[in-house]
Amino acid sequence: MVRTLWIYLGAMTFALGCKSNSTATDEIIIGEYGSMTGSEAVFGQSTHNGLSMAIDEVNAAGGLKGKKIRLVSYDDQGKTSEVGTAVTRLITSDHVHAIVGEVSSSLSIAGGQICQRHGVPMVTPSSTNPKVTEVGDYVFRICYIDPFQGYVMAKFVTDPQGPSGLGLKRVAILVDQRQAYSQGLSRDFETALIKAGGNVVVKSSYQGGDQDFSAQLTQIKGANPEAIYIPGYYTDVANIAKQVRGIGIAQSVPLLGGDGWESVQEIGGPAIDGAYYSNHFAPEDTHAEVQSFVTKYKAKYGKTPDSLAALGYDAGMLLREAIQRAPSLDRAAIRDAIAATRDFQGVTGKTSLDEHRNARKPAVVLRINAAAKTATYMTTIAP
Amino acid sequence: MTEFLQFLLKGISVGSLYALLALGYTMVYGILQFINFAHSDVFMLGAFFSWRLATWFKLIDPSPLVATSLLLAAMALCALTGFLIELLAYRPLRRAPRLNVLITAIGVSLFLENSGQLVFGKDPRSYPQLLAEHTFSVGGVNVRSVEVIAVVTALALMVALHTLVYRTKIGRAMRAVSIDHKVAGLMGIPVSRVISFTFVVGSALAAAAGVLVGITYGQIKQPADSSWVLYGLKAFVAAVIGGIGSVPGAMLGGLLIGLCEQFVGGYISTQLRDAIIFALLIVVLLVKPSGLLGRRAIEKI
Amino acid sequence: MIPAAAQPISVTRALTRSLLPVAVGLGLGLGLGQVVPTGTYAEKILFDIGINIILAVSLNLVNGFTGQFSMGHAGFMALGAYASIVVTYYGGFALFGDVGCHLNAQGYGLYFTSLVVGGLVAAAAGYLVGLPSLRLRGDYLAIVTLGFGEIIRVVLQVSYAVVEPEEMATVDWWERPLHLGKSLGFVHQGAYNSLSWTYAAVVLTLLCAYRLRESTHGRAFLSVRENEIAAEAVGIDTTRYKVNAFVLAAFFAGVAGALFGHQLGTGTAARPEEFNFMKSFEAIIMVVLGGMGSISGAALAAVTLTLLTELLRSVQDYRMVSYALLLILVMILRPEGLFGTRELWHFLRRRRP
Repeated sequence: MVRTLWIYLGAMTFALGCKSNSTATDEIIIGEYGSMTGSEAVFGQSTHNGLSMAIDEVNAAGGLKGKKIRLVSYDDQGKTSEVGTAVTRLITSDHVHAIVGEVSSSLSIAGGQICQRHGVPMVTPSSTNPKVTEVGDYVFRICYIDPFQGYVMAKFVTDPQGPSGLGLKRVAILVDQRQAYSQGLSRDFETALIKAGGNVVVKSSYQGGDQDFSAQLTQIKGANPEAIYIPGYYTDVANIAKQVRGIGIAQSVPLLGGDGWESVQEIGGPAIDGAYYSNHFAPEDTHAEVQSFVTKYKAKYGKTPDSLAALGYDAGMLLREAIQRAPSLDRAAIRDAIAATRDFQGVTGKTSLDEHRNARKPAVVLRINAAAKTATYMTTIAP
Repeated sequence: MTEFLQFLLKGISVGSLYALLALGYTMVYGILQFINFAHSDVFMLGAFFSWRLATWFKLIDPSPLVATSLLLAAMALCALTGFLIELLAYRPLRRAPRLNVLITAIGVSLFLENSGQLVFGKDPRSYPQLLAEHTFSVGGVNVRSVEVIAVVTALALMVALHTLVYRTKIGRAMRAVSIDHKVAGLMGIPVSRVISFTFVVGSALAAAAGVLVGITYGQIKQPADSSWVLYGLKAFVAAVIGGIGSVPGAMLGGLLIGLCEQFVGGYISTQLRDAIIFALLIVVLLVKPSGLLGRRAIEKI
Repeated sequence: MIPAAAQPISVTRALTRSLLPVAVGLGLGLGLGQVVPTGTYAEKILFDIGINIILAVSLNLVNGFTGQFSMGHAGFMALGAYASIVVTYYGGFALFGDVGCHLNAQGYGLYFTSLVVGGLVAAAAGYLVGLPSLRLRGDYLAIVTLGFGEIIRVVLQVSYAVVEPEEMATVDWWERPLHLGKSLGFVHQGAYNSLSWTYAAVVLTLLCAYRLRESTHGRAFLSVRENEIAAEAVGIDTTRYKVNAFVLAAFFAGVAGALFGHQLGTGTAARPEEFNFMKSFEAIIMVVLGGMGSISGAALAAVTLTLLTELLRSVQDYRMVSYALLLILVMILRPEGLFGTRELWHFLRRRRP
């Protein structure tokens, strides 16, 4: 037994000792942390696909500043304390030059605080909560923020009927109590809606992962809304949509959502037909760069890219462009270069970072066509 | 009143799925006295096996025959899975403390979830519409045909199980083993085989619940989604409320949880629904520690 | 190590015996914080290990010593985390006029208070949950505690948004503890924690658990585990001892949560999702893996599992699959856990000639 103990201790020290501590200067290292396993794995995977595609492309084109880029990604299982470990490891053991952050805002805040402390620039592709970039001057984001997204949908709902509006006033809200994203977005939507002259007739909530929503939907049905705003994740929304119609709410009452709805048309079936959601980009966009991205992505991963993949790709490309501009590979220099990003043309539109390190970019509103499993472009709303 | 009826009907349809799942927990607990945490993953596998078969064979048109055969196929596959889990993971621990078995069950659960994610992918899947969908509306109360079919199927399976446990030889053996392993063994009952059989039956029921969830909701979450475990936990709570180890208790408990969810969500608060349900559970246990239909355990010295 | 016939020992010796381990342990714990550079990977790993040791050893008081089965440890941890952050955030605002991190004597005093408050709030909750439910048989207790953990998580989700410093004037002080940041987590900047604090707590937890087991109280705990009816028969108030163990375990879990909530650079560590039932399971796994009732076993299992998950990080998607398989294998090959009910030194001693 004593021998086992010694073997054990030896193995553990050995395992900890042989961390790769190579500070190779012939490559540029980009770190990534995301949920590769667990409930939110699908989001982490999309971002990872987009990001690694961007980096492969850069490397295939001869790299950056004469060096190859290496991507180091760690799974955080969607847990805050895991994020702490993963990001610290990226910074102090892998010596990354820059980090691409999480999808979930809570986790981007956690990782951002560590990056800020160590002075490592971090770019989050898709965390929309305003608090993320408030962490400090090393934390950036390349997507719009929730207050804007709430405004977009509120404007779309209340604007006179036509391609850029629905002309409705009475809206019900169904919030995912478990997701900070949903809680934040619903509040921002409510504020914007009231400002735009609409009103919230009923507010109900569920726990992400619930299977049955009839209690909530019966309540909503009783309030007789003209539209239902569901700022949740598509995994739940598909399910909710089916039950909305099952409980007898007419098909003429549209369902509305945010960027968490991404890919809902894949699994939503006929119930989701005619629903609208705000998003970062539309795969049907006819711009050349969007179409070439979509084609390449389909060839590589066999499916249509969602906006998380597009944002992951843009994060990679934006980092490349910034590092190219930076006078040195110093982390502070890279930070300054990212902060100076103006009119970066990505797949998700032109990105300029403002003084709060947030991207100012337009959002699109899409309408779901269930039969074709696509989302058709309706309108673009600028900040 | 229409609201009340709507909640009542929904509660029954949701509750019958909980009941189906609770039966697996209660049977295993009755015989081995441990919480089989991997049960919710067998439930998940039931949904995914049938989904995989349906997509492979391109069975997308609604047909009761296809639905039934998928249900049976998933039940068979999960029965096999349950048998293997018991054989490989739990049998070696027959004499170990119960907590070890529990940890192993958590291990099996993590293993199934994460390997399920590797095999079936990380995306939620759209479940093919295996049965024609109609919505009946009676005085403002809406009932979906698939829900009725799910309830009927669940009830039929429960009746079948009840017959199995109380009217057949193997059922008598199961009950004997649940009362006392050793004595049952001495009476010539093949204890190991009976335990295997229990797992097989429980897993088949879980698979049926998985298929029914797929059919009712038309969509299944990815294998490692926490909703599967949460579903399982609530089913286990149902088994405890009904009196763990008791087959009719599990059915009653499942229905109660389903109804509670609807009424608490509908009349009290959707935000605090789960908290209230767990609080109710605690109250039930404090008032009647052995559950509603449970036998009062007598501690032997 | 059988003591010779009980002889009265001198006061000095008694004091040395009781205080020396505390002094030495605290010295080592505090020293560790000085040796390991802050902000490094090693520090974060050591921190995780420390927290897990406290969790495992404290849960061992209930699951290992008294043989009861609690599955709500994460709930107590959550209460400790939130209560302590309320102290450092809202209390800190009252004290300093801002919500930053004040690494001075006053700030550390505040942090110490917050750790104690975190522990006490969790202990109080432990008492409230334990008193009625510990009359229940083993597995029912498990379900009640599991339910309790989930209730805490759901309730934390429906709290209000954190009050920003500039909004403080608009919210009465007594309402502030309800503003806990909903499901985003309590975002704050109070990274008061360091390895010194963590390991001081680890040492105190370990010593406390060890002393406890060797005391009359601890013997009573063990008697409950071995045979409740017999214990009852010789006049031990089993419910009282079970509640005591439960409250003590909740206290340490609360302290662990408080330390966890103030960890370096991770201002959203206090997040409802962080304290779901998987967190409780992790603690249970450590206790069983270490050997029920073995203090050093639980601690070593905490170290092993923390390092193991870290080592498996690089295998990405296969990480949790391999973790699960290893767990099953260990349980099958070594059902009594690493140490059984024995302690680390029981193995080392045998080596002596």
